[in-house]
Amino acid sequence: MLTTTLAWLNDRLGLEGIREVAAHKTVPVHSATRWYYFGGITLFLFGIQVVTGLLLMFYYRPTVAEAFDSVRFIMTRVEFGWLIRSIHSWSANLMIFMAFVHMFSVVFTHAYRSPRELTWGSGIALLGLLLGFGFSGYLLPWNQISYFATKVGADVAGSAPIVGPAIARVLRGGEDVGAATLTRFFALHVMFLPMLTVALIAFHVILVQKNGMSTPPWLSAANVRQMKFFPNFFLREAMVWYIALAVLGALAAIFPWELGEKADPFASAPKGIRPEWYFLAQFYTLKLLPSHVWFMEGELLGILGFGLVAAAWALLPVWGVNKAGEARIRLVSGAGIFLVAYLAVFTYLGYVK
Amino acid sequence: MATKDCDGQCEGCQHTEDRRTVLSWIIGGGIFASMASFLYPVVRFLNPPQITEVAVNEVSGGKTQDLKPNTGKIIKFGNKPALLVRVSDTEWKAFSAVCTHLNCTVQYRDSTSQIWCACHNGTYDLNGRVVSGPPPNPLEEYAVNVRGDDVVISRKA
Repeated sequence: MLTTTLAWLNDRLGLEGIREVAAHKTVPVHSATRWYYFGGITLFLFGIQVVTGLLLMFYYRPTVAEAFDSVRFIMTRVEFGWLIRSIHSWSANLMIFMAFVHMFSVVFTHAYRSPRELTWGSGIALLGLLLGFGFSGYLLPWNQISYFATKVGADVAGSAPIVGPAIARVLRGGEDVGAATLTRFFALHVMFLPMLTVALIAFHVILVQKNGMSTPPWLSAANVRQMKFFPNFFLREAMVWYIALAVLGALAAIFPWELGEKADPFASAPKGIRPEWYFLAQFYTLKLLPSHVWFMEGELLGILGFGLVAAAWALLPVWGVNKAGEARIRLVSGAGIFLVAYLAVFTYLGYVK
Repeated sequence: MATKDCDGQCEGCQHTEDRRTVLSWIIGGGIFASMASFLYPVVRFLNPPQITEVAVNEVSGGKTQDLKPNTGKIIKFGNKPALLVRVSDTEWKAFSAVCTHLNCTVQYRDSTSQIWCACHNGTYDLNGRVVSGPPPNPLEEYAVNVRGDDVVISRKA
């Protein structure tokens, strides 16, 4: 019965092709093999976000009058609502963390070299989209902290040169954060960003399949032992996903995500307004800059700086290799270490100060 | 785990086969149980929580002069619609306005002095009984009391 069904499906879908690909796909085994798991973990957490996000939409209402109360309803009245929302929040944060780990693992194993320039570029774009998810999702519960953090965030975007004011207006749907902002962020968060992200993930993963797994430049690819992707690597990855899910469940159960107080546009900003941790380093940097540097506003200088660094980082496959196409290991690793150190220190300072 | 050396011919192989079966069951059962534990909260989450309604037993039907004889109007009775009909100067009637057929909201027809549901052409008389059409049950009737100028509708005891 199962065999005939599979044969029927195979005739129509060409499933044999998938099996062929899976059978020939291999994963290099060496001291850095463990870093290959982090892209998969990020993808898995994205799947968790899709499932829990769909569930939350059953109860969430994206209006200023109802948003906060609907989230409170989810947290207090809906069975397991606290669990689903806490998992969504925790998974969002872990996903962004894992995406950073994945990115830096690619940097330190120099996997950005030819022919993986587009894989790197699409990965950077995906990280940007994840940050967009974080920024737009943060506002949706419509509480004090997220309301004021979004005001600040939109203002920062607004201070970018030339296009800044236009971006801020489009983001806010007006001159200030309000009802229009909430519907816009909701549309971004549940439709616009997911569609872009799914398409880009498909592109990214297909490229990984096409070009295979990269071997670090200090190993010769021909001599490295290979592990079968299916079932050997696949089952290991599945086990890692199970562990990730257990960690998520434990975090959500032990530290349920707080809801805070309902946003009040006519109240003063409460103490301790700060963005999510993944924006803290930039947040703290902007805080440190003097109001005027030479002829420029400090904030403008900061934004320009972030933009330039991000652009340079996206172009890593261009400046990270020499004319022969070999990785400039010391230069790139140095830049990677510098960036990790900057992000770690400034995130910490942004958190404690 | 049958190897080439003992292809199911010696007793040791039989044991490893048994062990493999037991392990498969444990792993399969574990995966099944964990999947069930993931799905259970999801299924429960989808089940909408009971929203406790304040039981409404009495609502105001407005002032007597608001409604002319041989007319009716829909008023809120709790979170369901009710139909208030002024049959004559002194006679008032009130019913649940929810058609017993498929939950449409009924209306009063002055031309026939009947209650009519536009969805599937069901009609009720002014005692709430089905006159024609698909409704299976009569409309629930409410009591109407006129206190001075005020019309008060209440659930019949």
